[in-house]
Amino acid sequence: MEITLNVNGQEHKVDVEPRTLLVYALRENCGLKGAHVGCDSSSCGVCTVVLDGKIPVKSCTMFAVQAEGHEITTIEGLGGGANLHPLQKAFHEQHGLQCGYCTPAMIMSSYALLQHNPDPSEDDIRRGLSGNLCRCTGYMNIVKAVQQAAADMRQPAEAAD
Amino acid sequence: MSDQIKDLNPAKECRAMGKSIKRREDARFVQGRGTYVDDIELPKMLHMAIVHSPYAHALIKGIDTAEALKVPGVKAIITAKDLAGFNLDWIPTLAGDKQMVLATDRVMYQYQEVAAVFAETRAQAVDAAQLVEVDYEPLEVVADPFKAREDKVILRTDREKKTNHIFNWNVGDREATDKALAEAEVRVKQKAYYPRVHASPLEPCAIVADMNTATGRLTLYLTSQAPHAHRTVVSLVTGIPESNIRIVSPDIGGGFGNKVPVYPGYVCAAAGTIVLGVPVKWVATRTESMTTDSFARDFHMEAEIGATKEGKVTALKVTTVADHGAFDAAADPSKYPAGLFSICTGSYDFPTAFTEVDAYYTNKTPGGVAYRCSFRVTEASYMIERAMDTAARELNMDPAEFRFKNFIQKEQFPYNSPLGWTYDSGDYETTFKVALEKVGYEELRKEQAEKRAKGEIMGIGISTFTEIVGAGPSKDFDILGIKMFDGAEIRIHPTGSVIVRAGTKSQGQGHETTWAQIVAEELGLDVDKILVEEGDTDTAPYGLGTYASRSTPTAGGALALGARRIREKAKRIAAHLLEVSADDIEWEDYKFQIKGVPSKSVTTQDCAFAAYTNPAPGDEPGLETTYYYDPPNLTFPHGAYICVVDIDKSTGEVKVRRFVAIDDCGTIINPMIVEGQVHGGLAEGFAMAFMQEIVYDEEGNHLNTNYTDYLIPTAYEVPKFETGNTVTPSPHHPIGAKGVGESPTVGSPAAYVNAVIDALSPYGVSEIDMPISREKVFSKLRAAGVEAF
Amino acid sequence: MFPASFDFYRAHSAEEAVSLLGEHGADSRILAGGQSLIPAMRYRLAQPTVLVDINQMQAANYITEENGELRIGATVRDSDLEFSDLIRTNYQLMSDVSDVVADPIVRFRGTLIGSLCHNDPSGDWPAAMLAARAKMIIQNKDGKRVVNADEFIVDSFTTAVEEGEMAVETIWPTPSKNTGASYQKIERKVGDYATAAAAVQLELNEDGTVKEAGIGITAVSYVALRVAEGEALLRGQKVTRNLIKAVAAEASKMADPIADGRGSAEYKKEVVGVLVAKGIMQSLERLGRKVEA
Ligand SMILES: Cc1cc2nc3c(=O)[nH]c(=O)nc-3n(C[C@H](O)[C@H](O)[C@H](O)COP(=O)(O)OP(=O)(O)OC[C@H]3O[C@@H](n4cnc5c(N)ncnc54)[C@H](O)[C@@H]3O)c2cc1C
Ligand code: FES
Ligand code: FES
Repeated sequence: MEITLNVNGQEHKVDVEPRTLLVYALRENCGLKGAHVGCDSSSCGVCTVVLDGKIPVKSCTMFAVQAEGHEITTIEGLGGGANLHPLQKAFHEQHGLQCGYCTPAMIMSSYALLQHNPDPSEDDIRRGLSGNLCRCTGYMNIVKAVQQAAADMRQPAEAAD
Repeated sequence: MSDQIKDLNPAKECRAMGKSIKRREDARFVQGRGTYVDDIELPKMLHMAIVHSPYAHALIKGIDTAEALKVPGVKAIITAKDLAGFNLDWIPTLAGDKQMVLATDRVMYQYQEVAAVFAETRAQAVDAAQLVEVDYEPLEVVADPFKAREDKVILRTDREKKTNHIFNWNVGDREATDKALAEAEVRVKQKAYYPRVHASPLEPCAIVADMNTATGRLTLYLTSQAPHAHRTVVSLVTGIPESNIRIVSPDIGGGFGNKVPVYPGYVCAAAGTIVLGVPVKWVATRTESMTTDSFARDFHMEAEIGATKEGKVTALKVTTVADHGAFDAAADPSKYPAGLFSICTGSYDFPTAFTEVDAYYTNKTPGGVAYRCSFRVTEASYMIERAMDTAARELNMDPAEFRFKNFIQKEQFPYNSPLGWTYDSGDYETTFKVALEKVGYEELRKEQAEKRAKGEIMGIGISTFTEIVGAGPSKDFDILGIKMFDGAEIRIHPTGSVIVRAGTKSQGQGHETTWAQIVAEELGLDVDKILVEEGDTDTAPYGLGTYASRSTPTAGGALALGARRIREKAKRIAAHLLEVSADDIEWEDYKFQIKGVPSKSVTTQDCAFAAYTNPAPGDEPGLETTYYYDPPNLTFPHGAYICVVDIDKSTGEVKVRRFVAIDDCGTIINPMIVEGQVHGGLAEGFAMAFMQEIVYDEEGNHLNTNYTDYLIPTAYEVPKFETGNTVTPSPHHPIGAKGVGESPTVGSPAAYVNAVIDALSPYGVSEIDMPISREKVFSKLRAAGVEAF
Repeated sequence: MFPASFDFYRAHSAEEAVSLLGEHGADSRILAGGQSLIPAMRYRLAQPTVLVDINQMQAANYITEENGELRIGATVRDSDLEFSDLIRTNYQLMSDVSDVVADPIVRFRGTLIGSLCHNDPSGDWPAAMLAARAKMIIQNKDGKRVVNADEFIVDSFTTAVEEGEMAVETIWPTPSKNTGASYQKIERKVGDYATAAAAVQLELNEDGTVKEAGIGITAVSYVALRVAEGEALLRGQKVTRNLIKAVAAEASKMADPIADGRGSAEYKKEVVGVLVAKGIMQSLERLGRKVEA
């Protein structure tokens, strides 16, 4: 069946089966390889993308057809080149990644977390990211990265007050 | 627009060693633009799915593929019979055994690969795999090495020797050790089981195999920690010359030893592309990964320490029963079937010691990979650090004091251990003191006493471990006969930028940054201008890959010495440019200058330009080298870890309140990266201590086939870590570095477990095996009569 | 892994959903959050031939409180409850559960009603439903009916929802000011189903005696259980340590768990009593009360 996916502000007309999981439609039909696959049981979260600007979802646990009519944001839509998102910058600066496999999802999940809670405590961050596994970093620097990004992102708003 | 991001690149920096330079590989990863194997798509590519056995031990009476072949999109289905035509039904293992690729007449463990399906889409391949009918006749299962030892059921009917015993390996002086133990004033026995675990990088194993039938070249995009070794193995088993095989290991989503072996899935995909002439992709599902990837550990150990009443150790004996699964596919250097387990005397000056390991076949997944570990060092460290605590308790001595009494002293290095190793350097006392100070040991013991008086439960656990890494000197270390040296190539371009290639393969360790730092430091070049490339056997120099913390000890040495060789040639060019003799040139402040005349100097970059535009007379033009480094010895990193836990009486929940880790990995190339490695390893140590375990039931059913049952900790469970370093350089390594990637996984489990036992010791608890579940603690408390509420 | 093929329909109203289910029979299923159904399909443990997606059913997305009742529609997600001020202030038990069910990302998709309909024997919501004395409204082509929690929970993965039916609304009585509650769950990590868990809700009289008690336990039998004997012991009494012990013992007595990777049967049986006790103590604490001597 042909469906239209709105990903990172761009329309993709893709031909999928009803059973095609969103993560495969993004990776194989839209050519966006940032969302990864790490498990069969919806446990690892490395496939996390954001729906409608603030809803994190495991894109392996949603059918592509269900994403029709939603705005999907993937890591590729967050920022790039000279315009990195503060989260992308912070993960780099705080050494919040090693192999990079969990990183796009970790960043997207953090992005959603900060939409709901712009000034999270360490505990909020650890709880908020507990649907995403990382096997390399021990999470210490991921927490620091999210704290840095949260501060960066709050700044313009605080300055405006 | 260029993909390079300006602010992501480090500042110009040639004084690169020891600096926390931000990682150069990050730019692509934070943008989701890394290239992992599953990201590779080739025209006409087929997908492969595997049919697995539901039985742990059974005869195969027949395989019917008729229905499966009718599924739309299915191109072929292969079984062992088809592979036999190519002599690929069995392949050699790294341990000198052989293993089935697809089950021949029988299956030897649950989930063993039985058939491979090739189809146009992944889903079609799975649809068809579901329809392959296999007729099994179940056989008696042996899922326990102690049962296997009885030899009542012989598992490997294909072998000449009708026994389940694989090997006995021993080192040290058995008689002298037994005698010393018999004469010891105090004898302490300690059993410990190191559970079977799975390394579980988040990226599962994967391959895209592409046989170009026009050129006869086979390209394998592979999740490989050791691409060159894999190319050699592929060549040996297929008969295709190495020159016609290219292995590309692109970005790797974590390895931890899991991506060292050659797996049946890889061979099936390669066979598929050879037969079908189109590319084949196979990406292991998590279930496949959990059930068929090589496992790690599974050591049933028992240690006995002899000591004087004053607390001086006199002897150590460690015996082990190892469960190797259905085939002996342990990934160890050829001469060391139990790896480097004989490091089990640890940081302590045992006058005499003996250790032996007996390995057995069982109906379980084969393996024995060094999961974030240098070949069984993790097991050895855990055993000795547990036993030292038990001995201290037996002697009624503080575990810290007991360790101080028995450390190998700084002056004793190089130290010859009773089990045959020559430790290069170390300063155990200093490192331990730094850790004790940082954690505030005295105050914690006071707090503990106060808490105990109130019936609250708190514990302090210590581990002062010594590792052995960097395999290794080629006189002792090889894999399938290939010596364990490593190579590096450095090419300096005319304008002074550089490409560096190495036989190692980063899986997150940050080689693109640290390798550049070594070369930048040696040659006075900008880190910024040094590109590091690994993983493509067509271009990288030979090397045995990245595992067992060997990259820095081996490739790191090759890079430093290669760079120094280049510096020698550049010096001649400098002499030519400065119009003096090379003897009058000195390398000073990252420049070549006329001796004592800083104003008369040229840089390596100047020399590089001259190497192509104005070479020194009589010298070959160009400025590049390939260096193969054969380390003279292993390196022996060490550390002191202290863990503080609080235990909830009602539920048995253990909270890690603090974890202090002081590591000594010799010279530090990049402190930020070292700290990151330590964080990661401490988290994996935590996972092993409290969560991860692969369990089989008596019928050989695998009970932890995915992440709902195999527990990987999240940010919420993993504690915070306080890290630090002391620096005792390796005297024999070109830059004094020892390697660090695994110290925290090796050293930390004992600290966590010792802390829990310390906490529970007032209740008569002296034993608890990993993983420490709430149930284990809960039952011990209830058994001791502690009320839950 | 990859689900088997199926036909996909979107339902925009309960009537449409019920009629699609009627048309396609036993192998058709409602797709709510998909957080249980899709993993089961990926493993091919479930192979429905028709899915009726209800996610776009706008009219089902409501949380309303009126006449002493909270009404929740079929597309309300766990995260809607987790982030709702109304739930946080007035529905302690629900709030507790919405903090610990599944993991934070799964909660953004998984629905309360989907979870109740799934009725996993280790699920968190069924225990809470029992303790809170909640009800479910079930719709079929002939109309709607109301079932209370005890009738709704039938067997493992089986509820009062029959073929061709849809659960459209769940109703939770609004607790009085004198009500304290607590959800106590032992899980091995975030995102794990309970090893054992207990949902407790206590309404007190002014004198501190128990007016009404609700206790549900999960993961210790083939379905979530109401600890009716324990509730009866509490009713009309002051909460003493001995009484708590007796109630905990009732919970342990009822529990009939199986041994698995989460623990032995004996352990689960014992610990569920501890959880009930902790739940009672925390419920009191939250009302600013202590266990009586
Ligand atoms: C990683 C992970 C961890 C989890 N951990 C927990 C946990 O700790 N505790 C826990 O309780 N749950 C847990 N879950 C399950 C999760 O909470 C599910 O979301 C929930 O059980 C099902 O809700 P759903 O909306 O996703 O339902 P779906 O998966 O869409 O549906 C589940 C079943 O209910 C049926 N159904 C759904 N809605 C209706 C309806 N309105 N009428 C009739 N039938 C309907 C479906 O047909 C299906 O059979 C976990 C899930 C995941 C992926
Ligand atoms: S791939 Fe593991 S949760 Fe989606
Ligand atoms: S960086 Fe490797 S899994 Fe997170």
